[in-house]
Amino acid sequence: MARSFLQVAATEEAPTPLRVVQIEGLVILKIIKHCKDFSPALVTGQLLGLDVGSVLEVTNCFPFPIREEDEEIEADGANYQLEMMRCLREVNVDNNTVGWYQSTLLGSFQTVELIETFMNYQENIRRCVCIIYDPSRSNQGVLALKALKLSDSFMELYRSNNFTGEKLREKNLSWVDIFEEIPIKVSNSALVSAYMQQLEPDTPVTQCDYDRLQLSSKPFMERNMEFLIECMDDISIEQQKFQFYYRSLTRQQAQQQAWLQKRRAENMARKASGEDPLPEEDPSNPIFKPLPEPSRLDSFLITNQIANYCNQINGVAGQSFSRLYLLKALHEK
Amino acid sequence: MAASEQTILQFTTSSSPSLSAKVQPLVIFNICDCYIRRPDQAERVIGTLLGSILPDGTVDIRNSYAVPHNESSDQVALDIEYHHNMLLSHQKVNPKEVIVGWYSTGLGVTGGSALIHEFYSREVPNPVHLTVDTGFANGEGAVKAYVSNNLSLGDQQLAAQFQEIPLDLRMVEAERVGFDILKKPVVEKLPTDLEGMEATMQHLLALIDDVYKYVDDVVEGRVAPDNKIGRFLSDTVASLPKFSPSDFDKLVNDNMQDQLLSLYLSSIARTQLSLAEKLNTAAQIL
Repeated sequence: MARSFLQVAATEEAPTPLRVVQIEGLVILKIIKHCKDFSPALVTGQLLGLDVGSVLEVTNCFPFPIREEDEEIEADGANYQLEMMRCLREVNVDNNTVGWYQSTLLGSFQTVELIETFMNYQENIRRCVCIIYDPSRSNQGVLALKALKLSDSFMELYRSNNFTGEKLREKNLSWVDIFEEIPIKVSNSALVSAYMQQLEPDTPVTQCDYDRLQLSSKPFMERNMEFLIECMDDISIEQQKFQFYYRSLTRQQAQQQAWLQKRRAENMARKASGEDPLPEEDPSNPIFKPLPEPSRLDSFLITNQIANYCNQINGVAGQSFSRLYLLKALHEK
Repeated sequence: MAASEQTILQFTTSSSPSLSAKVQPLVIFNICDCYIRRPDQAERVIGTLLGSILPDGTVDIRNSYAVPHNESSDQVALDIEYHHNMLLSHQKVNPKEVIVGWYSTGLGVTGGSALIHEFYSREVPNPVHLTVDTGFANGEGAVKAYVSNNLSLGDQQLAAQFQEIPLDLRMVEAERVGFDILKKPVVEKLPTDLEGMEATMQHLLALIDDVYKYVDDVVEGRVAPDNKIGRFLSDTVASLPKFSPSDFDKLVNDNMQDQLLSLYLSSIARTQLSLAEKLNTAAQIL
């Protein structure tokens, strides 16, 4: 970090895109502890850190208490947050919010709430990430951490709250472009890594290895399939909504055409008899009222979700294949 | 402590002698982080340990936070208000975690420790004192836990004796994350599912090679045989269930087909999605 403040200030003008999220090992452990202690309940917490150029450093975090719907408690939660920030600042922790973390169940995190929270954060801080941790997958020896942000074009669209087909085409936005995954980099202070070296000499096998070699992946697969099927149902409901919309649209257009033809015939007759023609548009007529187009946001999110489940199933199946081949090879020996 | 006074001096051991403590790796991480972020003039950081006492009497230290303090030659001033605020905040999140003791960086117990320990004794009966040697004074980062015993003459308090208790530093939690990412100062990328699998298989193969080598060595007479290891090995081999080859093939193939089916299904779903995507845009352009 040899750059002077002046240089930093000069480069401040053009914001560089966020490329890497650098997380301290401490934060990972804290997130895991919080999410695991309360699993299967879903929990959230605040991430603290620094925004350095194209890298977002996450150096600390603190958990939120489980939220309740009560108004009073909500105010309490805000107090808690302020208090915690103040306390952490006193022991020289970076007290700069850079986002939040949340636990999820089998990757079912792509919801409207997530987007809303994200927009809320984005209002206050320029750069913000959401870290998603999946405790259910850690039983398989996978560190299921993900850093997400909303893409800029999506945010723009969300602000105008306009998810009609026309707008989406204009922006060339498809469901893949809602979330952007940012690569995660882990950093540990020299002190911590020295401690880890000392406390845990290299062991040939770890718990992780046992977990990964576990032959049975059925429960996980089953849940995944269940969720996938649910999503499929949801998307078919969305599809029906669209079909309904298009049907009524065509019906309306047919009605409009019929009305226009009638009006034109009438006008011809009037012209022949020397009268003034009637206007070809009649805003008071209900058939000219534009039909509201259903928002595509939901179907986009569901599509995203489905793609996510499919990826997970593929991943698990891939792992199972390798396990089976390994088993076969071992048995033949 | 002269030997002649031994008869009058009384140790009040309030705890069972088998008291031991267990530290989660998060606590060590947290302490190291606080030490790095300590104020300029401070030589050490101290803080509160949170956790619970397990049914068998082991103190399970699960969380910690630093408490600002001021230290001069013979005085220690602890920010008690801060300590209480932080405690309240932590309890809101996890009411099950209570104070179990306090920590300090540095090697062993120092003079001021008795005072702080007394303060924590008022918060919780029989607190644990954890020291983490962040300075690596002896060339190793010693982590030690103590409990204090009061040394009294009659009913007059003379001194407090810090007694070291066994400390369990096994890191079950961290193992799941994989040390690989916690040990190195910088890890560029998190391992994906398949990369993790690959690493695990390499471990397994290395272990099998080790066993082969050992058995060969014993057979050739290069290494003295150890009955215990021999029994372990034979147990391991015997634990493989005996299948007839056809049964085994069936098992593997059935499983394989199950997986293929789900893979197929998910691929279809994905294809459907991208197809729908294309059709949608095409329909809009028309």
